[in-house]
Amino acid sequence: MPEVAATPESLIHARGLTKCFGAFTAVNGVDFDVAPGEAFGFLGPNGAGKTSTMRMIGTVSPVTAGTLTVFGLNPKRDGARIRARLGVVPQADTLDPELSVLENLLVYGRYFDLSWGEARRRALELLDFVQLAERSKDKVEPLSGGMKRRLVIARALINEPSLLLLDEPTTGLDPQARHLLWDRLYRLKQRGVTLCLTTHYMDEAEQLCDRLVVMDQARIVAEGSPRQLIEQYVSREVLELRFRRDGDEADDEAHIAGRLDGLAERVEQLPDRVLVYTADGEAVAATAYERGMRPTSVLVRRSTLEDVFLRLTGRSLVE
Amino acid sequence: MTVLGISRSFVTTRPARVVERNMLVYRRNYMVVVSGFFEPLFYLFSMGFGVGALIGNVPLDDGRSVPYAVFVAPALLASSAMNGAIYETSNNFFYKLKYARLYDAVISTPMSLADVAMGEILWALLRGSLYAIGFLAVIGVVGLTGLGLLASPLGLLAFPAAMVVGFGFAGAGMAATTFVRRWQDFDFMQLAIMPMFLFSGTFYPIAAYPAGLQLIIQATPLYRGVHLIRALTTGTPDGLLVLDLVYLIAMGLIGLAITSRRLQKLLSA
Repeated sequence: MPEVAATPESLIHARGLTKCFGAFTAVNGVDFDVAPGEAFGFLGPNGAGKTSTMRMIGTVSPVTAGTLTVFGLNPKRDGARIRARLGVVPQADTLDPELSVLENLLVYGRYFDLSWGEARRRALELLDFVQLAERSKDKVEPLSGGMKRRLVIARALINEPSLLLLDEPTTGLDPQARHLLWDRLYRLKQRGVTLCLTTHYMDEAEQLCDRLVVMDQARIVAEGSPRQLIEQYVSREVLELRFRRDGDEADDEAHIAGRLDGLAERVEQLPDRVLVYTADGEAVAATAYERGMRPTSVLVRRSTLEDVFLRLTGRSLVE
Repeated sequence: MTVLGISRSFVTTRPARVVERNMLVYRRNYMVVVSGFFEPLFYLFSMGFGVGALIGNVPLDDGRSVPYAVFVAPALLASSAMNGAIYETSNNFFYKLKYARLYDAVISTPMSLADVAMGEILWALLRGSLYAIGFLAVIGVVGLTGLGLLASPLGLLAFPAAMVVGFGFAGAGMAATTFVRRWQDFDFMQLAIMPMFLFSGTFYPIAAYPAGLQLIIQATPLYRGVHLIRALTTGTPDGLLVLDLVYLIAMGLIGLAITSRRLQKLLSA
């Protein structure tokens, strides 16, 4: 592996980073840098290579090719030193089912060479932080999904990491649990902890990430802040039109796209509705009326990261 | 790389963290630990004294003859060291590896997989040492009543010897467990353990077998363990003790090396 000096301001520095499992290429030559203090996201559908990338950064999966440094260190040579400064929230909860909530944190702290006293001090503080102090003596199994997730985050913070890796931190949680989690992550960010996360929730990426890359089929297909990506890949607004399916020629969806020609930057025909990407949705809707179209419902909304995501990675289901 | 990792695990305190974790768990389940203490004692009383009363004296390798209980006690100590080590490194280790997925979280800490393997073996030995001390104490006390189960002061070395037996089987058992896919596969492990327990000179001298078979039995690890401990408790040490020690320690170390490599493959691909 060529030894490329990481720029000092990069916590994570990757060039041509590649991961293969046999003949299968999970990550195909990706380049990115994560600066201290920022919240950096990997966005992409299942199987895009997000988790493989995170595991390489976490030094639990060897790099196949390319360059990767974390804290300026080489994961192959300095894995233990890197892990000592990392907090990791894996996709699956991996809590110790035979230990209590508090013991899970204590034992984990011991793995980082903390004294029992220090581990206990930090564990109690963290249980407060994630609102689990009252459950400290309980076993892990009866906890709800959101509680387990918070406990895993507390566990990841026991070594006071400067970089926190979160692999799909809120997948499967209810809205309350997600918002509580986001709030905690936001506070960590304010304290200067660098966040590096994967998600396939667009709202999560918009809420948490200063900067993100969109991954698809093992490659990075776009990079920027959520706002930049929206400006670059979609229009400011989206007009969603639905039509009655009664065989009325005038409203037949197949003709809609043509009739909206020239009005919008892009028109996308879906089975149940037509999406019109435009800077001014109201104006286009009005023109559509003038041209005799009679949609059953009209919705104008701001473009979201989801529109970017679907534009870049397609609508077909990837499994 | 693996060898380096393992040798490093001998000099850091990190493997002890695994022991600490297990102690926290068993603090609540201490009955599970206590029950293991009685098994070899039950065998000693039923086989050693019960069956022993029918048998009378048994010849040792050096030609002396001793009461049956004196003959069988060291073999029971060796077998219990084997069973304890195998139990801990098969079912318990498999549960942690595949079901609790305990080590998936551990690999994100500075702990290495060699530390994990070493720590679980340390724990198995610690648990085994409780049983060995208990067993030796009982046969020591019985010895004071005149039966002379600990015929030699060398018998005190039976304790570290039992640890060596435990280490050998813990390493081998753990390595085997990394290849196990389902609980049913452990039946195959029992298929190796059970005959060894019954036929390795445990309950009767292997002079009962034809010469060819004797050679095969002498090559089994439990035979080496029984030979080692029996030589110490009956005061009949011979040059083969060195072979016993080298065999069992090598088995443990090779098992440890295989385990580290396999864990790397299973958890850190």
